[in-house]
Amino acid sequence: MQLTPGDPAQALLAASGATPEQVAERRAQLGLDDPVPAQYARYLLDLARGDLGQSWLHGRLVSQMILEQLPPTATLSLAAVAVGVAVGLGLGILAAVRRGTWLDTVATTVAVLGLSTPTYWSGLLAILLFSLQLGWLPATGEGDLRHLVLPALVLGFALSGSIARLVRARVVEVMEEQFVLAARARGLPSWRVLFVHVLRAALAPALTVTALQFGFLLGGAVVTESVFARRGLGKLAVEAIIWRDLPVVRGVVVFGALAYVLVNLAADLAQAWLDPRLREELM
Amino acid sequence: MIEWTTPARRPLLQQPVALVALAWLALVGLGAAMAPSLAPAGPLAADTTHGLLPPGPSEALGTDLLGRDILARLLWGGRWTLGMGLLALAVTVGLGLPAGMVAGTFGGRTEAVLMRLVDALLAFPGLLLAMAMVALMGPGVGSVAVAVGLAAAPAYARVARSAALEVRAQPYVDAAHAIGGSEWHILVRHVLPNAAAPLVAFAATQLGWVLLNGAALNFLGLGAPPGTPEWGAMLAEGRGYLRDAPWVSTFPGLALTLTVLAANLVGDGLQETLRPR
Repeated sequence: MQLTPGDPAQALLAASGATPEQVAERRAQLGLDDPVPAQYARYLLDLARGDLGQSWLHGRLVSQMILEQLPPTATLSLAAVAVGVAVGLGLGILAAVRRGTWLDTVATTVAVLGLSTPTYWSGLLAILLFSLQLGWLPATGEGDLRHLVLPALVLGFALSGSIARLVRARVVEVMEEQFVLAARARGLPSWRVLFVHVLRAALAPALTVTALQFGFLLGGAVVTESVFARRGLGKLAVEAIIWRDLPVVRGVVVFGALAYVLVNLAADLAQAWLDPRLREELM
Repeated sequence: MIEWTTPARRPLLQQPVALVALAWLALVGLGAAMAPSLAPAGPLAADTTHGLLPPGPSEALGTDLLGRDILARLLWGGRWTLGMGLLALAVTVGLGLPAGMVAGTFGGRTEAVLMRLVDALLAFPGLLLAMAMVALMGPGVGSVAVAVGLAAAPAYARVARSAALEVRAQPYVDAAHAIGGSEWHILVRHVLPNAAAPLVAFAATQLGWVLLNGAALNFLGLGAPPGTPEWGAMLAEGRGYLRDAPWVSTFPGLALTLTVLAANLVGDGLQETLRPR
């Protein structure tokens, strides 16, 4: 972070018309005169103690700024996961059981559209249609639940694309396994084979795969917040990049990686709990 | 009705969807390459007396606030957006391919070190990693391209490694070892050519990813300076008058979405030709 062009102390103080002496003093205060390896070592030590440092711009604790902006981002992400999993599972299962038919084509097309449509475009289209034309929902800002609907739908749709494709691939794989053939040979009704044998085997791994999409979700939330002018980690990060407030940028990225790793760990444990074979392997 | 069997796979030339996608990519590339002759006035030619004109016979896709022709800006913008995407893809493949190939072919300690590095990078959500790198390098289209390219590289390295591992298990690689071929010789002459097909397919998918996320960073204002005809930046510019002139934002978004979609569909099409029977 320190190898970047431009002097943060100067950039931060230039606007207030500071003298060169004040800039130098601020540099010393921020520890920017120390050698780069020393600065890095200090950062790692602080990080190990859970200290993400202070914002250069506001002088506030980065960890506190992140915790303040977390609730709106978490709300949006959870709502989007609910939409994404519901739509993604539906499309994926539909495409898999009707593979090769027009329904498969429609479902996989919708999925690849979800995967390819930037949320900053689908978000604007949603605002155009539901807010400006129909006047059903507020376009931007936050407050009650009505403000959450459009951003959650837009981000959820983007998420559903990858979930649908993974679920479809997984269900197709299981449908061609021996035990499914055996179940059908025994003359069980199709719906029973599908729900009891296929989906149960297919969906536990789908959980892990959904957790892997959490990283996408964080990035998507950043962009979606910007489109709908919502507060949150995304706004915090974008402003910090523009103002070159590096401790805040670093803090948000480290926090995101930590959350990502924890969510995946939780998903692995949940899968071990669902699948007895894995449980024995792990314990 | 449940379909219990999978239909046979088809070669790329028999997949109409993938062919249409390929044609769209060719069209966009051609439009960007020929922008100077198709729109000789350039992307910045302003005419404030003709601001915010709706799409019509003289301006096919309308004009923006400064009276700049949207179609001309889209054609010229293709140079920015596609250029950014290709530069990013070059970074992704340039780093990911050698790392994955070397790890998969050499194995042992080399593989362990390279793959731990890749895993550590994969722990960061892609777009956040790219944003952090833009913060490092300072805003600009170049840094956005390098940043998203770097962010996509770890996933490419993983795919390259598993492709290399698959080839390495083939008997002809054992044979090459037996007649005394060096690891580098095996990598270049055997592993790379035989692992090429899935790597091309994944590169197409990654092109979609870097276009989507690179344009996202431009949309957020971290890349192209205001006024640049880059598609993501154009989309952001049109936000202010969405109600009165929706075409200013929607057409760049449509161009971008179709291009990302095309890259993904070409990737899917190539993937299908590789599916095991």
